[in-house]
Amino acid sequence: MTSLDRPVSTHLVLEAGRADRQYWQDLWRYRELLLILAWRDVSVRYKQTAVGIAWAFIRPFLTTVVFTVVFGHIAKVQTNTSVPYAIVVIGGLLPWTLFSSVLGEASASVVANANLISKVYFPRLIVPLATVLVVVIDFAVSLSILAGLMIWYGVVPHWQILLLPLFVLLALLASLGPAIWAAAVVVKYRDFRFVIPFVLQFGLYVSPVGFPSSVVPEQWRLLYNLNPMVGIIDGFRWCIVGGESPIYLPGFILSLAVTAFFLWLGVRTFRRIERGFADMI
Amino acid sequence: MNDTVIRAEGLAKRFIIGHKVERDGLLREAMTRGARALVRRGVDFFKGRVSNTPGEVEEFWALRDLNFEIKRGELVSIIGHNGAGKSTLLKILSRITEPTRGRVEINGRVNSLLEVGTGFHPELSGRENIFLNGAILGMSRIEMRRRFDEIVEFSGVSKFIDTPVKRYSVGMYVRLAFAVAAHLEAEILVVDEVLSVGDAEFQARCINRMSEVAGSGRTVLFVSHNFAAVTALTRRSLVLEGGKLTFDGPVEAGLAHYTASLGKLGKVRHWGRGREATLISAQLLDADGRPTEQFVPGMPLRLEVEVETTGMPGMSLVVILRDQHNVPVGYFSSAAFGNVPLPTKAGRYRCVVSLDALFLAAGSYNIDLRTTSTTIVVDHRVDGAVQFFVNACNPGELGFDFRQDLGFGPLALRSSGPLQFELVSSAELPGLQSDARLG
Repeated sequence: MTSLDRPVSTHLVLEAGRADRQYWQDLWRYRELLLILAWRDVSVRYKQTAVGIAWAFIRPFLTTVVFTVVFGHIAKVQTNTSVPYAIVVIGGLLPWTLFSSVLGEASASVVANANLISKVYFPRLIVPLATVLVVVIDFAVSLSILAGLMIWYGVVPHWQILLLPLFVLLALLASLGPAIWAAAVVVKYRDFRFVIPFVLQFGLYVSPVGFPSSVVPEQWRLLYNLNPMVGIIDGFRWCIVGGESPIYLPGFILSLAVTAFFLWLGVRTFRRIERGFADMI
Repeated sequence: MNDTVIRAEGLAKRFIIGHKVERDGLLREAMTRGARALVRRGVDFFKGRVSNTPGEVEEFWALRDLNFEIKRGELVSIIGHNGAGKSTLLKILSRITEPTRGRVEINGRVNSLLEVGTGFHPELSGRENIFLNGAILGMSRIEMRRRFDEIVEFSGVSKFIDTPVKRYSVGMYVRLAFAVAAHLEAEILVVDEVLSVGDAEFQARCINRMSEVAGSGRTVLFVSHNFAAVTALTRRSLVLEGGKLTFDGPVEAGLAHYTASLGKLGKVRHWGRGREATLISAQLLDADGRPTEQFVPGMPLRLEVEVETTGMPGMSLVVILRDQHNVPVGYFSSAAFGNVPLPTKAGRYRCVVSLDALFLAAGSYNIDLRTTSTTIVVDHRVDGAVQFFVNACNPGELGFDFRQDLGFGPLALRSSGPLQFELVSSAELPGLQSDARLG
C-alpha cells in the first residue's frame, strides 16, 4: 500500500472551528506513525546509559524496598492479611508507576514534539499515545519484580491473576485522560509543567501505594475512591493476592466513573485545542 | 470526478502578536487579563456601550480574503516577499493550522514538505532516520522499504547509513534529508522553500524528480525564491503581497509582477519602536539600485535603510549578517567602523550601507538591524530585517560550487595574490626514505 493507494475518501473542508469528521479514521490511518514514534522514543530512551533498560527495573525495585521498610517495618501499617508486605507494596507501586509515567511523559509530549507539530499534519493524539506505548514497555520490564517477589515469598497466584491485563488497561485509561488534557493545556499554559510533578509527588502519598486502602476509615472510603487510582490499585492487589485483598465495589465503580470522566474531558479538550497547536507552540 | 482539487474561498488567517500572554502563555496573566476584561465588559454593559476587543492585543492578518482554484495536475508556484503569507497558506493547505475565516475544499490527499529532515533524530542512524522521516511525511512502511535503496543511492551517503546522524557533516545530513523528501509522492504535493539549501547539482536532481512526479498527473504547489526552479517546475503563479493575492496567471508574468512589486517593498513594516532611533524599513539593492532578494557574490552588498532618530548624539546603525543556521558571520557598526553616527538633527533619514565585496556561499542569509547608543546598548532591534539568497557562488575560475551546506562556513576566502609554492626540501629526505624502507 502506498500513500497513493490509501482510501480516496479524501474530500476535505478546512474551516475555522470545523470538527474533523474523519478524525478517528485518520488516527487509525496514521497508526504506523504512532508505532514509529514509539519505536523512536524507545530506541533513544536508554542511549548512552550504562545499564540501559535495567533502569525500568531498578527504580521500582528500590522504591519497593524503601516502602516495605518504612510502612511495613517502621510504621507497621496493619494489612489484615498474611500476604508479605513487599507484595502489598509492589501491587500498588506497579500501577502507580504506570500512572505517573504516563501522566508525566505524555503531558510533556506535545511540547517536546513541537518541531513535528509545526511542520507536518497528523492527528495530534498520536503524540501522547506514542509515549504511552513507551511507558508500557518499561512497565513490562518492571513486572519481573512482581514475578521475582512472588517466587521469593512463595505466593501462589490465584485465578484472578488472569484479570491483571484488564487492570493494566484501566490504569492506562485512568492516566490517559488527565495526561492528554494536560498535554493540550500545557501548550498554551506552560505553568502545568510545574503542576504535574507536584501532583504526582502528592498523589503517591494520597494513593494507597505504600499501604492497603483498607487502612482508610470506612466512612471515608467512598470519598477516597474519587482518586481513580484507588480503585485500580485495589484491583491490582486483588489480582495478585486474590480474596485476601478484596475490592471495595462501590468505590471501584466510582473510580471507573472518574476515569471515564477524565478520559472524556481529556479527549474533548485536546481536540478543541489541537487545531491551534501550531500557532501557539 | 471533479477536476478542481483545491478551492479557497475568502481565506484569511489572523495572528495575535506583540502580546505576552500569546507568546509565553502564563496562566496568571491570562487570569488577570480575563478578570480585567470581565470588569470592562461589565462597565460597558452598564454604560450601554458595545464591548470591543481589548486594545492591548495586536492583530496581524497573515492572509486576507484569498480566492483561488487549482485543477488536478496543475503545477503552481506561490511567490511573494517574506511575510507575504506564503508559508501560512501552505500550512493551512497542509492542515497544520486552521484558517480564521473562509474555507478551503480539498479533493485528494495532500502530502506536504515544509522542511527537509523533519523529525530527524540525532541519536538514530541514517537508516533509522529514513524510516522515521518517511513515516512522518506520510509514507507507509511498505513503500519506504520498496524505495529504501533508491533513497540511499540518491543521498550518496550509503557508506555511513548505519552511523548516527549526529556524526554526519551538515552536507551529508541535508543530502539524506533531501533524498527522503525527493521520493515523497502524493496526489497533491505541497513544497515550501526547501530546495534553496541544496547545491546546484542536487537541486537539479530534485527538480527533475519533482517534474517526474508532476508529469504523472499530480498537483504540485511550490514555494521558492529560486526563479530558475520556479520557471522549470511550474506553469502558473500565485503572487502574494501582504497577505493578499495580487496576481494569478502564467509563471513568467507572475515573476515579472513580483519583481515589479519589489520596489514597493519595505514601506509598511511593524517593527515596533526604539527609544531614540527607530528602524523603519530596509531592503537589499542590486547593482542598479533596484530592490532585490538575490545577492551576487563578489559584488558589494548594498543595503538601503530608513531610520528615524530623535537626534540623540552618538547613536549607531548596526548590521549583523547571519547564515542559514542563524550563526552570525559579519558585523558592521556605522559609528564604530565607519565613524558615522546617526544624524543629531531629529528626523527620518535614508541611507545606503555598502559593504565590501563578499564572497558568500550559496544559500540563504538574514540581516539583523539594530540601533545602538554609544555604550553599545541596543536601542531598537530588528532580527531578520532583511532576508536574501545567494543562488550560486563560484569564487574561482574552475566553477567550484561553494555552498553553505558544505560545512565550510558561509564565506569563501580569496587569496590576495597568486599562491606560490616554494620548495623547502625535496622528497628524497633521509627520514622519508627510512620510513619507506620500513614499510
